[in-house]
Amino acid sequence: MTNGTGMNIRVRYFARLREKLATDQEQLALPAGAGDVAALCRHLAARGGIWAEELGGERPLMAAINEELKPLAASLSDGDEVALFPPVTGG
Amino acid sequence: MQAIAICEDELPPVAVWHAGACVTFEGRVRDEQGRVVALEIEHYPGMTEREIGRIADQAAERWPLSMVLVAHRVGRVEADQLIVRVQVAAQHRREAFEACGFIMDYLKTRAPFWKKEISVDGATSWVEAKQGDRDAAARWTPADGH
Repeated sequence: MTNGTGMNIRVRYFARLREKLATDQEQLALPAGAGDVAALCRHLAARGGIWAEELGGERPLMAAINEELKPLAASLSDGDEVALFPPVTGG
Repeated sequence: MQAIAICEDELPPVAVWHAGACVTFEGRVRDEQGRVVALEIEHYPGMTEREIGRIADQAAERWPLSMVLVAHRVGRVEADQLIVRVQVAAQHRREAFEACGFIMDYLKTRAPFWKKEISVDGATSWVEAKQGDRDAAARWTPADGH
């Protein structure tokens, strides 16, 4: 749902990030045209403390939008589910 | 044809296929000289299956495959237990070997799984991604970037 004034996204955190941030997901209201995943990370890092430490660009990070891997430069849309996580280590 | 199984318990038995060439890769939890008793494997339910499906689709576009099966454990997996099995069937060995290697390399660098080691003393630590795994996946991408 786009109401012209902003967008709502769900952000999910996994693995070390989930533990460090002490949350596995949240709903966020962002200004319309808030940009890409990197901008979302800057928004979250502005909370300071562990958020700045984990999402401020110092640590390697991967992202998915709606369950698909995306670069940090991928744009966000209203209703997206964005996942942020450390580099994967399966297999 | 592809089949994907995300398993909270033991992996299903190896499938038996009547194809000219079948390659099976199995990965187990290493105990690292007795230091590690188990892994705890986290994943992103939903995306995990979709991403592995995309990897299997890419393999099927690159090589003529008749079947791909990927089974992966999640949750606690004890040392020496199976974590992953990739089975590929094709007419000939070359494409089966290559596709199996491609799927494992992509799985390790793209599928949303994260391993946490559990030590003998109960301490836990997240496994860091390895440059060697990224290099292995990169060798499947042509140098021109396409």
